[in-house]
This record gives sequence, structure tokens and C-alpha cells, in this order.
Amino acid sequence: MPLRQDPFGELKVPLTWTAAVALIVAVIIGGAMLLSDRRETFQTEAYGAARQAVDTVAAPVGGVVAKPGEWTGDIMGWLGSYAFTAGENRRLKRELVLLQQQADEAVRLKDENERLRAVLGIRTDPPIDMVTARIVSDARGPLANYRLANAGVEAGVMVGFPVLSERGLVGRVVGVARGASKILLLTDAAAKTPVMIDRTNARAILTGDGGPNPKLEYLRGREPIRAGDRVLTSGDGGVLPRGLPVGRVVKGLDGRWRVALDADSGAIDWVRIMKFRDYAQLADRKALEQTQLPPVITENPDDRIIRTPAPAPKTAPPPARPAAPAATMPPRPAPSPTPTQPPATPAGPPGGGR
Amino acid sequence: MSFSAARPLDPWRWIGVPALLCAGFTILFASPIRVFGLHLPEPVFPLVCAFGWAVIRPSIIAPFTLLLLGCFLDIFWGGALGLWGVSLLVAYAGTLFMRNMMTGQSRPMMWAWYAGVCAAALLTGYLITMLDVKAAPNLIALFWQFLATSLLYPFAHRLIDRFDDADVRFR
Repeated sequence: MPLRQDPFGELKVPLTWTAAVALIVAVIIGGAMLLSDRRETFQTEAYGAARQAVDTVAAPVGGVVAKPGEWTGDIMGWLGSYAFTAGENRRLKRELVLLQQQADEAVRLKDENERLRAVLGIRTDPPIDMVTARIVSDARGPLANYRLANAGVEAGVMVGFPVLSERGLVGRVVGVARGASKILLLTDAAAKTPVMIDRTNARAILTGDGGPNPKLEYLRGREPIRAGDRVLTSGDGGVLPRGLPVGRVVKGLDGRWRVALDADSGAIDWVRIMKFRDYAQLADRKALEQTQLPPVITENPDDRIIRTPAPAPKTAPPPARPAAPAATMPPRPAPSPTPTQPPATPAGPPGGGR
Repeated sequence: MSFSAARPLDPWRWIGVPALLCAGFTILFASPIRVFGLHLPEPVFPLVCAFGWAVIRPSIIAPFTLLLLGCFLDIFWGGALGLWGVSLLVAYAGTLFMRNMMTGQSRPMMWAWYAGVCAAALLTGYLITMLDVKAAPNLIALFWQFLATSLLYPFAHRLIDRFDDADVRFR
């Protein structure tokens, strides 16, 4: 049938307008999605069931897709190690000598550290459990830097846990599903990590921008930083534990201080998810719960230095002192001589203090 | 009576299959593989569809498919929900608006149009991310993604070439 005789052949204008209306409706839906998105809160409930479902499906699919790459890498690594055995042997011998020296130094420092801890009575943090996972998917664009690891709720992973490679901090978990957890990398534009410069103890906020080297912002202190300084997590805010290796300071092309990440120096195929929620988990909870607040001691009128004149004997005895509210005043302990004794005069030189 | 002129294109063939291919390639290129220490590039594959579909003809299904593809990118890559949906629709709307100027142009000129559309979409994504996280993403990283996406024009050309003549009403 020729086109001119087809009654639907004249539908061009209505279809164009309908397509335009469909486009406008789609844009409105997209805008509404953007406005309703609560991703920036990084809370468990904001992650949403859709993202969890996609992660659960994407983890095994990504694992299968990445397999040929892994096999190729393994084969290339094996061939490389076979071809360069002699050179690698020499390099390993040099490293062994260096490591032996460092091990001797570590033993000496450990001994010194233990003695100083004993003298100062410092309590150190207990070791934190870790979960090992494989990275199965990797988003590395300028607008989102995430990785998907194949360990989820069944392994005890929770939102907020820090993630490390064998070299240093990678990021932290922002979404957990069954068999998968999504990791926000330090390089993502939404990532902000409290860090410190190891040499000067200066604090800064490591701010990702989608590039390979995140920026150091809000640097405090006078000349707090030099190229090559080690950067560690500061533990400020309690989001991450203190002292995790992050990277080294470099000067960016834009003249800003940036960090070359330790974790970026090699392939991140395996990660360790640290089961760190906050500093409260490092403390002995039972001991904390048993701790009683010191008793509140109210002023005893009998101990006043400035005494009011004694009332006339014929007046009625004063009413009993009203009891303090139970919520603010615990039972008063047995009176000890300490509060009622006059304060001891601090010992000082005969000449008096300055 | 035949409907061949009114519905000459099978939506599954010119919209469904390319959309699935884009999703598949996105998953493939998200593999954590390093070749000589370098990651795989991360082009925005659905921009090929956004450009190609708008050049072929206006459609009711295409914007919603792009919205779905955008949602998939947001969830899979981890961006704000709606980020890539809106960016792809901006690219689609821009191409649709200028398709009369594009038709009949040479291949290098179409490639330039495609690169312009990619730049508009990525710029939209850049602005949305900037408003969302209140920080400016890295422009160099954005340029690399733009370059990788621009190099996909041969696929868009193949899509246009295959379905451009299917519906003579919109030529």
C-alpha cells in the first residue's frame, strides 16, 4: 500500500508533539528523582531497596565478568615471574636485608613502647575484626567513585565500616546488601575524610573530587605540610580509627596540596573491611555500664563559714530540709572527712609562689 | 490496511536491543581490570542511544528508556538517583531540537555534533553533582570520560545508518 494512502501516514505532527510531551514528562520524573534522592546522608535507610537489589545481582555478575581478566592477570603474572626470576631474586634478597634491619628496629621499639605504656598506664585499643572481600565491580568516573565488594550483611558488614587494601585506606562502606557491599572511595566527590600529617600532627580534611589524587582542605597550623609527608587518618569525629595509612602529600598541577593514595599504587582486587563502628565499641561496655557518677554533695548549712545569727530560742524549730529530686540527687554516701575538712594549703617554697 | 508506514520501526529492535547492549557494555567496562597498571576507560554508553534515537526520529518510548538507563547507571555506578537520567534526557532533547540541522551532514560533522551533545550531557552531570555534594568534581577526570564517550560515535553512526531510512515521515 503506498504511503499516501495510509491514514496513519499523516500522524507525523501528533507523534512529534506526543514525543515532546513524553520527553517533558520524563525530564520531570528525572528531576523529581534528583530532588527526592537522599544518597548524601549515607544512612542505611537512604540506600534503598532498589540499590540493594541491584548490588545483590551485580555482585555475582561482576564476579563472572571479571573472571577472564583475573585469569589473564594470573597468567601474565606467572609468565612474568618465570621470565624475570633472576632479577626478582636479587631484588628480594636486597629487600630481605632491609626488612631484617627493620624487624630488629621493630623489636627494640616494641620493647620500649611496652615499657613506656606500663609507666604511663596507657590503655591501647583492642584489635578490630576484619572481613576479607573481593572487588567485583568498579565505578571510576568523575561523578561517582564506588566499588562493589562481594561480602555483605551475612558477613556482618555494616554501613560506615572502613575499607583497606593491603597498602592503605580505600574508603568506607555506604551500602550493604546480601552478598555485596558498596564502598565509597576516598576519591569520590562526596567523600570527606578527617586526616592528619604524620610529621607535624596537623589536621586536614581529605576531599575527593573524582580524580586520582584527593585534595587536602582546611589545613591548620603554620607550614604544616611538605611534599612527601605521610598522611594518616586522624580519628577525629569517630568515623574512622586513628592511624590508618592514607598516602603521601604531593603538589597538584593546580598548586593545591593533594594526596597520592597508598591504596592506588597497586591493583585493588582484595580488600579488608574493618568492623569498626565507633570508639564506643573499643571500650569495655560492662565496665562503662557499671560506672557510677560521683555523688552530688549539696551544701551543708552547718559548714557555712558565714553563719546567720542563731534564731531566738522561743521560735519554732526550722522545718526539715526538703529532699532533693531523686533524679538529680543519688543517695548520699556515708560522710567522709574529706569534704568537711578545710582545704589543705598547697606546699610551696618558703618564699611563696609567684 | 497496513500499518507499515505508521509503525515501520520495531521498538524492540531500535530501542530495546541497543539499550540492553549499553547496559551490558557498562557492566563489562566496570570490571576491576588493570592493563599495564591502567584501568579500563569508563565511557557513558547510553549517550550513543540518546544521540542515535533522537536523530532517527522522535519517539515516545525513547525518553522513558533513557530515564531507565539513567537510573541503572545511577544505581550501578553509585551516583545520585536521577543524575544520569536527567543528563541523558538533556542530550536527547538537545539532539531532537537540532536534528533538522544535523540531517544530511557529513560523518565528521555528525561526529562533532555528537561530541557537542556528549559535552552538554557531561556538563549537566557535572553541575548536578556539584549541587548535590557541594564540591566541584575534577575537570581532568571529566575530560577523560568525555574523550572516551566521544570515541563511541561509530556505534551511534551504525545505529543511525541502520534505522534512519526506516520511517520516511521524519526525514
